[in-house]
Parts: sequence; structure tokens; C-alpha cells
Amino acid sequence: MAESSSPIRKLGHAVVDRIWRLGFAARFFVAVLKYSGPSFRRLPLTLREIYFSGVLSLLIIMVSGLFVGLVLGLQGYETLQRYGSTEALGVLVALSLTRELGPVVAALLFASRAGSSVTAEIGLMKATEQLKAMDIMAVNPIARVVAPRFWGGVISMPLLAALFSAMGVLGGWLIGVVFIGVDDGAFWSQMQSGVDFRYDVWNGVIKSFVFGVAVSVIAVFEGYDSVPTAEGVSRAITRTVVTSALAILALDFVLTSFMFRGTS
Amino acid sequence: MFDKGAARFPENVSRNYNDAMPGRYSALLLKLSVFFEGSVLSNDILVDIQNLHFNYDGRPVLQGIDMKIPRGKVVAIMGGSGCGKTTLLRCIGGQLRPTGGKVSLENNRVSEMSHAELYGLRRKMGMLFQFGALFTDMTVFENVAFPLREHTDLSETMIRDLVLMKLEAVGLRGAHALMPGELSGGMARRVALARAVALDPMLVMYDEPFAGLDPIALGVIGQLIRKLNDALGATSIMVTHDVHESLMIVDYIYFVSQGKIVAEGTPDEIRASTDPFVHQFVYAEVDGPVHFDYPAPTVVREFLGGGARG
Amino acid sequence: MNRTVLDLWVGFFVAIGIAAFLFLALKVGNLSSAHLSETYVLQARFDNIGGLKVRGPVKSAGVVVGRIADIRFDPATYEAVVSMNIDGRFRFPKDTFASIYTSGLLGEQFIGFDVGGDEKMLKAGDTVTKTQSAVVLEKLISQFLFNKAAEGQDTK
Repeated sequence: MAESSSPIRKLGHAVVDRIWRLGFAARFFVAVLKYSGPSFRRLPLTLREIYFSGVLSLLIIMVSGLFVGLVLGLQGYETLQRYGSTEALGVLVALSLTRELGPVVAALLFASRAGSSVTAEIGLMKATEQLKAMDIMAVNPIARVVAPRFWGGVISMPLLAALFSAMGVLGGWLIGVVFIGVDDGAFWSQMQSGVDFRYDVWNGVIKSFVFGVAVSVIAVFEGYDSVPTAEGVSRAITRTVVTSALAILALDFVLTSFMFRGTS
Repeated sequence: MFDKGAARFPENVSRNYNDAMPGRYSALLLKLSVFFEGSVLSNDILVDIQNLHFNYDGRPVLQGIDMKIPRGKVVAIMGGSGCGKTTLLRCIGGQLRPTGGKVSLENNRVSEMSHAELYGLRRKMGMLFQFGALFTDMTVFENVAFPLREHTDLSETMIRDLVLMKLEAVGLRGAHALMPGELSGGMARRVALARAVALDPMLVMYDEPFAGLDPIALGVIGQLIRKLNDALGATSIMVTHDVHESLMIVDYIYFVSQGKIVAEGTPDEIRASTDPFVHQFVYAEVDGPVHFDYPAPTVVREFLGGGARG
Repeated sequence: MNRTVLDLWVGFFVAIGIAAFLFLALKVGNLSSAHLSETYVLQARFDNIGGLKVRGPVKSAGVVVGRIADIRFDPATYEAVVSMNIDGRFRFPKDTFASIYTSGLLGEQFIGFDVGGDEKMLKAGDTVTKTQSAVVLEKLISQFLFNKAAEGQDTK
């Protein structure tokens, strides 16, 4: 290997390395899907992962949802008041949450809490040779360790996003109606007529499902591909959070441009 | 379920491994092995390695290894760090695909098997990793029960009995409810050993089983390796650089240096060997074929010669 | 973690997740209204649909009775053809007027049904024959200015 690497060579090397890694990740994704049978045939495996990814994220998701709703309510009221349309607060809060904030923020929080913990688990199992031990015992580690964690994340994500949005709407109601005094009836009725199930709520669910798949794949891949040392695992965790965040925001743009076209 | 193992099951279950007096079966085996000690070329070769080559990233790690490991023996593979012994073990287990030569396990060409076939073969193998590699989220009991639960359809009561007997053999039956984090290094290694032999394998592989252990634990592991091998009628391959303990328990030793076999023989032959590498290794000499000094310019040139000082 | 306690928590989690989803669908969204019941298609032709959008409401007496499904242009007659999904519970007479109204002063536009007295009802696939197009603001202003100018001329 040449000692002197020009910046261009380093850049080229980095790009090729990324692309190689992306290809490896794609093949890994296919392998995870291929070996997913045991995740469903032996349900306790996946249930355990739903517990660790989903249930243990409940607190942060619901509290964050509440706070986001409270802030939306406050900011929304302040702006709507200028145009005399404070009764539209319900619509504002509900649409912001179900279309965008619910899926995106819940996915970001999920990636930081559950995604990083999955990466850490798999990375540490790799570093202590537990995956190799499983392999030599003729138990496929992808089927036994990786796939249940993937499906646990995919199943948990839409549920958490729905909870986030629901808590947000309640937060908006709390601030708007209970504290500030916007009319309760107007709040809910305008919301109901302004939010369409298929267009707003269902699209939000599809988004959260796509984000769930993305975050789960990234989390399990980074864990599986990590360098088997303590430092390697911590770097893998960082990569999970950063890559997930970028993926979520990029996918959000792609999905939004397909779903919400501006002109019907 | 097992094919070969099933027949052996009832015998092993009733045996008390910790007994100083071996049972009838292993006594017979010991007599036979003593009889054949002179010639290790018994007619039943379990692992046959021919001209094995392995390259990693273009760098040659194994450069033409030839080994024949007979059934029922304990064989040690020794050498300095980085000589390729762990790679050799991985090739035997099918975890690495060699770049040249072939590895046969009981006449199955390991180097050419598909993933599914390899998994079928691995059910008859057990491996002990360097620091145990126990599953940290399960108790000791669940760790040893893991291969039984994954590969057999035995009832929970039967599994419980088997697991406790395996733990009894390694002396840790009372620790079955502990988590791996609560065990000392030696104890973790023993649990991993119980797990490796849970399915009564025909081949047991050990990757540095003595690394980092205190003298007592070291002696315990050494004795367990020998006794379990004889009681199970299995074959053991041990990668190690602990000379003292190995010479006491093994039947045959291979010395590997820089990817090639440089010496082999029974423990007595090795102790009496005049080969400089073997001698340096066995008697822990500071300098010999493996140099003490890293290549550098001579002392004169470094401290007194050439340039500024003059 | 005991297996049964874990199962309990997972069950609880899935239950509240689905409950949140239903909350969003029913209380926040409008799933409970018309969409779930059977609908039939009616068509109407307009000279100008103004700002009418697909999925906009079809109202009668101010109550939503259907949704606009599709808006197309007929190149033969140069008219806009609007297809509507009307709630199956409601039938309208053949001489119903379909007009395009605006909700509020500057709000979204919708189709309003003003019923006549015909005994015969519109069947699925029928076209509403009597229609009134949208009021286009520019035409209104120019008409107003024209009238003002004409008035000014008269008084002179």
C-alpha cells in the first residue's frame, strides 16, 4: 500500500468503501428477510424484542409526544390568533402530527433509544464471539439473533408513532382548550372535518412503517458489521443514530413528495 | 435428533465423570491407547488435512499444512502468536474456506460443503472459545441447554437432567442459576466446556483453553479435557501455547510456525527433541529461531555512527 | 425477565398502540363518516369548475352527502365532467340542481345539491342535467365594473 495518499485518492477510497458497504448491507437485508421464518414460528423470540424495543421506548415517546403537542398548541395559537382563526388550532396540531411530526420525530427518538441498544447488543455479542459460538453450534445467528430484533423494530415503530401523534393531539388540546380557552367543540369538530383518514392518518402510518424498516435494518446491520472491539461497538452505535437520522429525513422527503402533492 | 449420538446417550448419562476410577468403556479405551501410543497411525483417521493453504488479504497465513488426526486422541497444535493455529481450527470447523488443499472430517470434504450440509456436520462438533463466549443474556443452565433445545426435541424434564449432569461433570451443578457475568474466568470456561459437549460430539475443538487462568483452574480444565475426551470416546484438538499442561494430557503435538508444521511427535518425543524451535518453545528460551530482537540497525550505527555527532 | 410478565407488557403495548391508532382514525380523522357506507356514482357537467378539487365535499342542505371522485375534461363538448361518489343512503330526484359554491368568502369550493320535486330518482351512473358553474371572481369584477360604467353613462 502506498504511503503517500493524496486527498483525491483518500476521497476515492472512502467513496468506494461506502458503496461496497452499501452493497453488503443490501445483501444482509435480503439475508435477514430470508431467515425470518423462526422469528414468527418461535414467537417468543420476537415478542422479547418488541418488549425491549417498543415497551421500553414508551415513556420517552409518550412524554415527547405530549411536549411536542403542547408546543404546537402554543405556537399555533400565537400565529392563528393574528388572523382570528384560533378555532383552527385543532386542525393545525392534528395535521402537523399525523402527517409529519408523529412519524418523523417518533422514528428519530426510536433510532436513538432502541436502535442504538440493538446495535450495542449485536455488536457486543460479536465482540465476545457469541455469534461465532452460535454458528459453530449449527444455529444460524442471523435467524436467531438478528431477524427477531429487526421484526421487533418494524412492529414497534408504527405503534409508537401512533402513540406519539395521539399524545401530541392531547397535548395540543390541553394547552389550547384547557389552559388558553379555545372552544372545545370547535377544536374537535374542525379537526374532524379537516383531517382525512386516508390522506393524513393512513399516509402517516405508511411513513412510520417505512421508517421502522429503515431504522431496524440500519441498527442490526451496524451491529453485525461492527469491529469486534469496545471502540468498534461504540463507533457502530454512533453510526446507527446518525445514519438512521439521515435516512429518516431523506425518506420523509421522498414519501411526502409522493403522498402530498399540493394539488389533488 | 442424533443418529450416532443416540446410541451413546444412555451410557454417558449414567456415568459420573468426576469419578477417579474411569468406567469400563473408557478404561478399555485407555488400555488401547496406551498400547498404540508408539504409533499414532491408527487406522481410523477422523480429520484429514492435506496441503492446506489459506490467504488473508493476500497475505499467506497457512502455507501447506498436512495433518492426520486419529479418532479418540487428544491432539495439541502449538506455536507462537500469529502463526496461524486459530485459522487452522477455523478451517477444520468450516468457518473459513481454504484457498488451497482440502480438509476432510470423517470423509466429508468440509472445504467444499454447502451451508446446510455444514450445519448438519457441526451438530457433531463442539467448540470451546478462548474466553468462553457464553450467551450473556441467559443463565448458566440456559447456556448449556441451548444446543439441546435448538437441535433436539427432548422434553424439558429430560433436558434439565442432561444439563445438570453436564454441569456436574465440570463441577458446576450448583451454579446453574447464575448469570455469566457472575462467574469467574475459570468457571465461565468450564460452563462453556459443558455447553460444547452438551450433544456428546465426536470432535471437540479448544481455542486457547488455558489462556488467562490461575494454576488451579488450569489444572482443572486440563483434567476435564482429558477425562471428557476419553469418557465420550471423542477426539479433541487443542490450540494452545501452554506447554507444561499440554505435555501432561495430550497424545500428540504439532508445532506450527509461520504457517507450516515445523515439528510433531508424542509428548516424550517432543521433550527429547533437539530441533532448535521446539527446544526454544518447550524450555521457554529467550532467543533461538524466534529472535529476541526486532530487526534494527546495529548498535554502533544507532548510537555512535553516521551523521550529526560524527 | 419472566416470560409471562414480558408477554403482559408486550400485549399492553400493542393494545395501547392500536387504541392510539383508532383514536387518530375516528376522533381525529373522519373515518366514521360516509366512507364506510356504500356509495354510487353520479356525474355532472360544468362549463367552469373554478377551484373545485378531487375529494372535495358534495353537500345537500349543508350536510356532506358525498365526495368528488374524479374531474375530467371532455374534448368533444369542451366541458368539465365531474364524477361524484354519493352515499348510498340518499337518493336525489332527477331535476336536482348541482351548483358549485364556495364555503365562506375565500374558502374551498364544493358541489351543492338543490333538489327539485321530481318523483323519479337518479340511479347509479346517471348524469345530473341541471348544473351551475362556479362563480369566477374576475368575471364578477369585470361585470361589476361594466355595470358601473353603464350606470355612469346613463346618468349623463
